[in-house]
Amino acid sequence: MSSLLEIQNLSISFHTPRGEIEAVRNISFSLSEGEVLAVVGESGCGKSVMCKGIMKLLPACAQIKSGRILVNGKDITGYGEREMCNLRGSFFSMIFQNPMTALNPTMPVGRQIGEAVKQKQPGISKKALQERVLELMQLVGIDSPKERMKLYPHHFSGGMRQRSVMAIALAGNPRILFADEPTTALDVTIQAQILDLLREVQQKLGTATIFVTHDMGAVARVADRVAVMYAGKIVEIGTAEEIFYDPRHPYTWGLMQSLPAFSRGKETLHTIPGMPPTLIHPPKGDAFACRNEYALAIDYEEEPPMFPVTDTHYAATWLLDARAPKVTAPVGRGRK
Amino acid sequence: MSAEMGKEILLDVQHLSYHFPLTKKMEIKAVDDVSFKIRKREIFGLVGESGCGKSTLARCIMNVYKSKGGSIFYKGLNVCDAGTFRKNQKMLQTSRQMIFQDSDSSLNQRMKVCDIITEPLKIQHITPKRGSMRAEAEFQMYYVGLDAAYLDKYPGELSGGQRQRVAIARALAMEPELLVADEPIASLDVSIQAQIVNLFKHLQKEHGFSFLFIAHDLAMVEFLCDRVGVMYRGKLVEVAKAGDLFGDPRHPYTKALLSAIPVPDPVIERARKRIEFDEKDFCCEGTLVEISPEHFVLERGKEG
Repeated sequence: MSSLLEIQNLSISFHTPRGEIEAVRNISFSLSEGEVLAVVGESGCGKSVMCKGIMKLLPACAQIKSGRILVNGKDITGYGEREMCNLRGSFFSMIFQNPMTALNPTMPVGRQIGEAVKQKQPGISKKALQERVLELMQLVGIDSPKERMKLYPHHFSGGMRQRSVMAIALAGNPRILFADEPTTALDVTIQAQILDLLREVQQKLGTATIFVTHDMGAVARVADRVAVMYAGKIVEIGTAEEIFYDPRHPYTWGLMQSLPAFSRGKETLHTIPGMPPTLIHPPKGDAFACRNEYALAIDYEEEPPMFPVTDTHYAATWLLDARAPKVTAPVGRGRK
Repeated sequence: MSAEMGKEILLDVQHLSYHFPLTKKMEIKAVDDVSFKIRKREIFGLVGESGCGKSTLARCIMNVYKSKGGSIFYKGLNVCDAGTFRKNQKMLQTSRQMIFQDSDSSLNQRMKVCDIITEPLKIQHITPKRGSMRAEAEFQMYYVGLDAAYLDKYPGELSGGQRQRVAIARALAMEPELLVADEPIASLDVSIQAQIVNLFKHLQKEHGFSFLFIAHDLAMVEFLCDRVGVMYRGKLVEVAKAGDLFGDPRHPYTKALLSAIPVPDPVIERARKRIEFDEKDFCCEGTLVEISPEHFVLERGKEG
């Protein structure tokens, strides 16, 4: 399989008056053509920073400290704004969390989609533009697009707005779609619709997707592969089946256990004790150690490397070291 | 005795309606002929998609909106009646408290946590039981699991979960008998959600207040609530005990809503079909009919 996007040892820091915040620390992964990679983790773990860092949409105080971003084998780490503009929209584009702030409230939805199309095809004729807009609106499941394209975002419901944002993101036929918590602002029924749509569009167009979320249920629905992030690092990565049925990292266990589905019939929900560490001076050793009930002495001293579980499944925990005591996972039911 | 206590009704909503005028001729029926009861020491969950009128209903109960029809009896007093409300104003405003969805905007950014928690006491001129306002705030902070060191911080310095705890502490400072929480966990992370839900469960057991919990996260509602009401387009379509509702949903809308809950299991989740609910199927005429003990479903016609 050819990898469309490859991230090698990427680190991103923010320079603030309080010191340097290491938001993304030494991340490596690759994304193949037509694949859905879900990135899960608590807020502040660096999920969004990673996506925006790849698209270079971060403010000036952020800096890529080290690592490389390879697109189709080409290194884009050093690209300037002009070169990035050519890539954005046509190679990768992004869906943001809140559709109301992503859309311009003073402009009809159709025109906003048209704007995105024009960006990539400046010489397009008026008629062709309209056809393309109608086609995009149909693609994302907006009924009677001809009438609706003249409406403004405030006429639309939350789900419809998110669909419009998706149409804009897909206007340039991107190869990679970053979806940054696209369903968090929506309620369950609409969320399910948008997830199905995301999957459907992805299969129709073959767009690779990086799906950022903190909802494990949503991950189960759409993801091929899952990356679990904690304190700026990927602590576990594997196929969806591997992560759900055979998770290895204690943080992944904690995330899964905090879902009500795993506590059915019990008095209280499982919680992960404590708070995520601040990333100004990340703690020595494993950042999760102080919240981890399975922590070993070495966790406080040395950072665990990525241990391979299978060819596709890696986890960064000392529990996988040959010398570590055997611990049975509290979740997961083994592979089917 | 305790069994009898459980049957005692604290809040009785009867045929409540609230309409937002759109133009002179048109109006939106945000809450349309809704009736339900909340018993003492009970957690009642209210679910439905956004825009179905859950928040409007909560605000009517809290006398934020003046209802356009029907009545709300709180401890046998009709709070919709302006005279009754004025006579019992202090009791009503202290014993009913509300927690809002967005703790970012419901806490004053310019007040310290200590002042936020004790503000309701100051407004109602209540002498703090524990000596000083500061001690009272410390006690409430301890209760919701926050360190007293946070008392001198501003809301902006706290994380989302901590802010939501401050909002809960403020509501509990009045020792309410009815707590209305309007999507209190929607803006939080999964692990923080679990902490807050545990906290609610724990506090409810200790305090014994009645709790109206509004949410669209059905899995949490199933875990937390004793009884659940499902709302759709301003109508209450089904009311039942949590187990009955989730195990044996009767109304087609409830079925559709339940089928949208994601299951954290990729094989099951991908194979699962969502049940679609067609808006046209929804008949807004009808009454709640009891089909089995304490299980009510909105049904067409009035044969019930």
